Amino acid sequence: MNLRVNYYKDREGEIMNIIISKSNEIEKTPMRDVYCQTMIDLAKQNRDIVVMDADLMAAVGMSKFQKELPDQTVNCGIQEANMYGVASGLSRMGKIPFAHTFAVFATRRSCDQIFLSGAFSKMNVKIIGSDPGITATINGGSHMPFEDIGIMRCIPEMTIIEPTDGVMLKDIIQKVAKEYGMHYIRLVRKVSKTVYEEGSSFEIGKAVQIRDGKDITIISSGYCVAESIKAAKILEGRGIAARVLNMFTIKPIDKDAIIKAADETGAIVTAENHNIINGLGSAVAEVLGENFPIPIERIGIKDKFGEAGPLDYLAKRFELTDHDIAEKCLKAINRKKIVKEIERGIA
Amino acid sequence: MLTTNEIRNLSNFATNIRMETMKSIASVGTGHTGGSLSIADILSLLYGKVMKVDPNNPFWEERDWLILSKGHSGPALYAALGLKGYFPTEELLTLNKPGTNYPSHPDWTKTKGVDMSTGSLGQGASTALGIALGHKMNKKDNYIYLILGDGEIQEGQVWEAALFANQFELDNVIAFVDWNKLQLDGYTKKINNLGNIEKKFEAFGWHSQTVNGHDFQEMENAIVAAKKEKGKPSLIVLSTIKGKGYSKLENTISNHSTAVSQEILKEIVSELESQLL
Repeated sequence: MNLRVNYYKDREGEIMNIIISKSNEIEKTPMRDVYCQTMIDLAKQNRDIVVMDADLMAAVGMSKFQKELPDQTVNCGIQEANMYGVASGLSRMGKIPFAHTFAVFATRRSCDQIFLSGAFSKMNVKIIGSDPGITATINGGSHMPFEDIGIMRCIPEMTIIEPTDGVMLKDIIQKVAKEYGMHYIRLVRKVSKTVYEEGSSFEIGKAVQIRDGKDITIISSGYCVAESIKAAKILEGRGIAARVLNMFTIKPIDKDAIIKAADETGAIVTAENHNIINGLGSAVAEVLGENFPIPIERIGIKDKFGEAGPLDYLAKRFELTDHDIAEKCLKAINRKKIVKEIERGIA
Repeated sequence: MLTTNEIRNLSNFATNIRMETMKSIASVGTGHTGGSLSIADILSLLYGKVMKVDPNNPFWEERDWLILSKGHSGPALYAALGLKGYFPTEELLTLNKPGTNYPSHPDWTKTKGVDMSTGSLGQGASTALGIALGHKMNKKDNYIYLILGDGEIQEGQVWEAALFANQFELDNVIAFVDWNKLQLDGYTKKINNLGNIEKKFEAFGWHSQTVNGHDFQEMENAIVAAKKEKGKPSLIVLSTIKGKGYSKLENTISNHSTAVSQEILKEIVSELESQLL
C-alpha cells in the first residue's frame, strides 16, 4: 500500500497561453490583494481550502478572507512550526491548507515540520512564504530570505514556484490548489512589475520565453524577471540579441528549455533574488553541467546576509539591477568566444 | 468499570504486544525496547476496548485515530495492530529489514492501521491537532488519541500545540504522556526536569489527570472522565516503567535502545509467558 503521489502526470495537458506586457511598469494592485481575492474565490468554490497564518493575516492582506470565510481561516498565533504540523494534519483529513508566514519563518524555522509532517508524510500543504529576498526591504537582514529556495530544494517532491506578477500569481494559485502535493510559493507581498497581460495562463514546470535571442539566454525568476527584460533591451542597443526565459518553477526545473537555450545561444546568465548557492543559478548549472556544459554566469546574492533598506538601494547593493545583468551577459558572451577559439584551435 | 474478564483479556493483549514487540526487535537484533514496553498497556486498552476501529478498513471514516508521536515506539504499535488483525503478525518480523513496511518510526503510507507518520519528536502533537481540527470542521465526533513521550515534551513544539489545542477547544483530543521518567541519556529529572506534567498542561488550559499507566481500570476511568470534559483538550499522564514486563530491562537506566539476541529473547518470552493470565 505504498502511496505514490504522481504530481507530474496531473500537469500534462495544461495549456500555456502567454501574453507578454509591452512595458514593465509597477503594478497598481499589490500582490497580496491578488492573493487574497484569488483565495476568496477559490475557497468559496472548494470548502476544503483552509487559509492559515501565524499572526500575519493583516500583513499579507488576508483580513478580508477571514471576514468572509471565518470557518476556513485558522490563525495559529506566533507558532510557525505548530502551524505547518497542524496544516499537515488538516491535509491528512482531506483539507487543502494554504499556510502563510514570512518566507524566513516558513522555511528556516519550520523546515523539519515541512519535511516530516508534510513532505515525508505525502501531504498536500501549500506553503506561502512572503517577502522573498530583497523585497523584505526595511524588515532587514533577519527577515530577508536568501536561503529559502535552497532549504526547500533539498526536500524531495517539493514543488517550488516564484510567481512573477499579479497575473501569474492568480493563475498559479488556482493550479496549485488543484494539484495534490507539497508546494512552496515565494510570494511578493507588495508590488511587482507587470510582465504578463490579463488572460495569460501558465504551466507549472515549464519556463516561459519572454524574448527570443541567439547570442545569450538570461534565465530568471521573480523580482529579477523585469530587470532581465530591461537588461535584454540594454544589450539590444549594443547589437546583442538576448533570449529571456522566466523560470518561475524552480523545482522541478524545466531541463528541456535550459538545454535548448544552451544549444541555441551558447551561453547562459541566471538572475535570482536569492543566494547564488542552491537557488535558481545552482539548479540551472546542475542541468548544464550534466547535459550541455557551456559558460554560465550567475546574478544573485553572493553568499551574504541581508540588510535593511529600500528596494532600489538593496538591488544596487546586492548587484541585482538590469545593468548588473547586462554586464554579466557580456562576460558570458566573452567566455563563449574564448571557448569557440579554443575549439577552433583544436580543430 | 471493566469486568474481571475484560481486565484479563486486556492484560493478555498487553503481554502479547510485549512479546511480539520483542520478537520483532530480536529479529533485527536491536531496537527501542524500553519505551515500546512502557506503552503496551495503553495500546492494549485503546485497541482492545476504547477505540472505534475496523482492522478490515483502516481508512474507515468513523474510526478513532491514534498518533504515536513518540515514534521510536513504533514496534509496539505494529505489534498491537498485527494482533488486532490489520495484517498477519508474521509480517512483524520484517521490522527494519530491507524494503520493509514496518520501519522503526511509523509511516502511514507503509503500514496498515498507522494513522500518521512520526519520528521527529513533538511533531505528532501538531499533526494530531490538525486531524482533530479537520474532524471539527467536518462536524465529525471521532476521538483523536495522541501518545507523547515524557522526554518528548522537552520539545517546544509540544507547548505550541498545547496552547493551540486549548484555543481551538479541541475536546476530541485525548493525549497521553508516557511518564517513564527516563530518556535516552538517563533520568529526565537529571537532564531537563519536566516538573509536574499534569499541572503544566492544566496551566495551558487542558483537563489533566495522572494515573498508573499499567492499571487498566485507572486508565479507563481517566479516559471516561476526559470524554466528559467539553470545550477543552484532555491530558492523561501515565506513570509507567520503562522496559515494563522484562525485569532485567526494568532495572536498567540505559534501556532506550538495546540489543536483543535470540538467546535473550528466549528469556524474555519465558518471563512474559509467565505473566499470561
